[in-house]
Amino acid sequence: MAAWPEIMAAQANGHFETLDTETAAEVEALAALIIPSTDGSGAREAGVIYAIDRALATFASDEREAYRAGMAQVQAKRTELFPGSASIRALSGAQQMALMQAIETTEFFELLRTHTVLGFLGNPSYGGNRDKVGWRQIGFEDRMIWEPPFGYYDAEAAKGAK
Amino acid sequence: MTEPVDFLVIGAGAAGGVVAKELAVAGFSVVVLEQGPYLREKDYSHDEIKYAFQPGLTNDPKVQPVTYRKSDAEPARLVKAIEYGRQVGGGSVHFTANYWRFHESDFRERSLFGAVHGADLQDWPITYADLEPYYTKAEYDLGISGLAGANPFEGPRSKPYPLPPMPAKSSGVLFERAAKKLGLHPFPAPVAILSQPYRGRGACVNCGFCESFGCEMRAKSSTLVSVIPVAEKTGRCEVRSGCYVRKIEANDAGRVTGAVYFDAGRREIFQRAKAVFVCANGVETPKLLLLSKSKRFPAGLANSSGLVGTHLMWDNGVEVMGLFEHPLNEYKGIQDTRLIHDYYRSDPRRGFYGGGGIDARFDYYPISFALHGLPPETPRWGSEFKRTFETYFTHTMTLLSHTSSLAVPSNTITLDPDVKDAWGLPAPRVTYDYHPDDCATMKWLIPRQIEILETAGARKTWVQPYAVADNMPSRHLMGTCRMGNDPAVSVVDAHSRTHDVPNLFLVDGSNFVTAARQQPTATIQALAYRAADFAIRAAKRGELG
Repeated sequence: MAAWPEIMAAQANGHFETLDTETAAEVEALAALIIPSTDGSGAREAGVIYAIDRALATFASDEREAYRAGMAQVQAKRTELFPGSASIRALSGAQQMALMQAIETTEFFELLRTHTVLGFLGNPSYGGNRDKVGWRQIGFEDRMIWEPPFGYYDAEAAKGAK
Repeated sequence: MTEPVDFLVIGAGAAGGVVAKELAVAGFSVVVLEQGPYLREKDYSHDEIKYAFQPGLTNDPKVQPVTYRKSDAEPARLVKAIEYGRQVGGGSVHFTANYWRFHESDFRERSLFGAVHGADLQDWPITYADLEPYYTKAEYDLGISGLAGANPFEGPRSKPYPLPPMPAKSSGVLFERAAKKLGLHPFPAPVAILSQPYRGRGACVNCGFCESFGCEMRAKSSTLVSVIPVAEKTGRCEVRSGCYVRKIEANDAGRVTGAVYFDAGRREIFQRAKAVFVCANGVETPKLLLLSKSKRFPAGLANSSGLVGTHLMWDNGVEVMGLFEHPLNEYKGIQDTRLIHDYYRSDPRRGFYGGGGIDARFDYYPISFALHGLPPETPRWGSEFKRTFETYFTHTMTLLSHTSSLAVPSNTITLDPDVKDAWGLPAPRVTYDYHPDDCATMKWLIPRQIEILETAGARKTWVQPYAVADNMPSRHLMGTCRMGNDPAVSVVDAHSRTHDVPNLFLVDGSNFVTAARQQPTATIQALAYRAADFAIRAAKRGELG
C-alpha cells in the first residue's frame, strides 16, 4: 500500500498505475452512472477511479483481465446500440442509461459495482472516498471513541429514565 | 529436532488458548502451534476493505482452497463454504463476541423431542450442570458482560456475570420496547466485551468495529488478549505462529507422540509431546485426523467409529431489516445489545424440530451495507441506488435469528481427492445440505421478526436472502468429532478425550452433539476448561505418559 502523499500526488497528476488514461476515463464514466453526482458528491468527486486503479495494482491484481475483457464487451455493446458513437462518455445521458441497462446482468457489472462502492465508501487510504465525501454522504464518521447515546431512540430512552 | 514437551496444543483459538493457559498454569510445559500469524492490537484497524473484503483475519481460499458440494452425487467445486479465524486467538479475535450459554434442554433434546427423520439427534453425554462451573470459569477468566437472571430461559448459574451489560443502542431500545409489548422476554446481550476495565484491560469505547475486525482496544475478550498472555507469562508455554500441522504421529502402542508441522519457512519440524490437544476447529480438526493415517490407524487417527468428519452442523439464521423514522446510528457501539430466547426451544406442536434466539443488531459497515444491506427491490445502480444507501445507512437495524442446525450424518468434511493447498495438503471438501427442519425453523421465525420490527414502529421491513439460497460461508463449525459414551457412535468421550487414543484430546466445535442455537463460543470454551481440568488430573495420575 502506497502512502497517502504518493496517492494524492498521483491523483493531482492524473497518473494511473494499471489503467491507461482513455480506459480510466471510460471506467470512470460507468462508475459515475453507478453512483452519480445527484444529491451531492458521487463516484467522480470521490475519485473512485483512483481507488479502482490502485485496487487493480494491489489486492485485486488478478481482476485486470476481467477489466480488459469486460470493458471490451461494454464497448462492443455501445457500438451495437449506438453505431458511430465515439466513447461511453460521449454518449447522451439517455444513451448511457440504455447502455447500463444492457450490461447490468453481466459479471463485469457486478465487479465494477463492487469496486465503485469500495472506492466510494472504503478507507480513503485506498485512493477513493476523497475527503471522506462518501462517508459524509451516508452519515458515517470513522472514530475510535463514541459515547452513548448513539441514536435518537436510545437518547429518548435515557431522557425518559431521568 | 525440538525439546519434547508435556502437551502439544494444535490451534491457538477460542479453545486452544484456554487449554494452553490452564495446562501452563498447572505446571506443564506446552507448545502451541498456530497456522496463522501472531497479530497485536496495533495490527488491526477500521479498514473495511482489508478485513471485510479480503481474508485479513480468516482462511484465504487462494492458499487454502475449500471445495463444496450439496451431496456426494455431485462434483465438488471451489467455494469458500467455511470460514474460520486464522491467527493467534482464532475466531475469538474477529467474532461478534456473543456469549450465550446453552440451555439445560440443549444437552438432552433427543429425550425431550424424540428422533428426527433424516437426522441423528442425540443427547449429550454431559448435562448443563456438568458444564456450569466451567461456563462460570470462562466468564470470569475471559471477561464477559451481561445481566444474570435477565434471561428467564437460562439454566441456573452459580455466579452472576463479572461485568454489567453494555449500554443499549437504539436497536436495543426499540427491540426491548416492542418485545415487551408482545409479551416476550428481552434481555441484555451477554458479550465477550468489557463494559468496564477488567484485569488490566480497558473498557470498550464503542468504536463499532467488532464483527469481522480485531479489537484495537483489547476490550474484546479474545484468547489473544485474555488467557494467552497468562499462559506465556508462566514461562512454560511457547506459542509458535505460522506453523501448520500436517500430521499427528502415533506409535505402535496406539498413543500419539507429537506432530509434524511446516514452520513459517515451510520447513518440516517434528514436535514431540506426551499428550496432544487438537483445537483446530470443526473443519481443520477432522481434516488433520484424516490426514494422520498410519498402519495402526488406517482410516485416520481416532477414527475407529468412521465418524470423524461427519455430522457437520452449520451457521443458520435470517436477517430481517427494519427502517425507522429517526436516526439510529447503529454503526456506533457493539453490534448487538438486546435479544430474546422465547422461541429458542423446540416445540413438537410446530411440526418440526428447532428454534432460535433473535437479537437486535447492525453488523453492516458502509461498503457491505451499500452492496448487501438494501431492500431487494432497490435499483442496483443510479440515483435511486445512491439515495437509498445514503439515507438508509443511519436509519436501519436488523433482527437476526440464530437458529438450530440438525446433525445429519451425510453432512461431512472429507479430504478432497483432487484439490491441494499451497503446502500440498488435500483441501477440505464440504458436503452439506440443509435439513428441511432447519429451513422450516428459519421460515417460521421470519414473521415473528417482522412482527417485532413493526411493533417497534418500522416504516419498512425486508428479509435478506438466507440458507435456502445458499447463504455461505458457515463460520460456526460444529459436530464433526462428536462427543458420546459409546465408542461405536462417537469420537470423543465426555471429557473430550478420544475413545481410541488415551493421550489425544480434541476440543473445539467438533465436540458438539447438537448445535443449540447458533452461538457456540461459550460452550466451546467451557468444554475447553473442562477438558483441560480432566487432562491435568489424568497427567498428574501419570496416565498420559
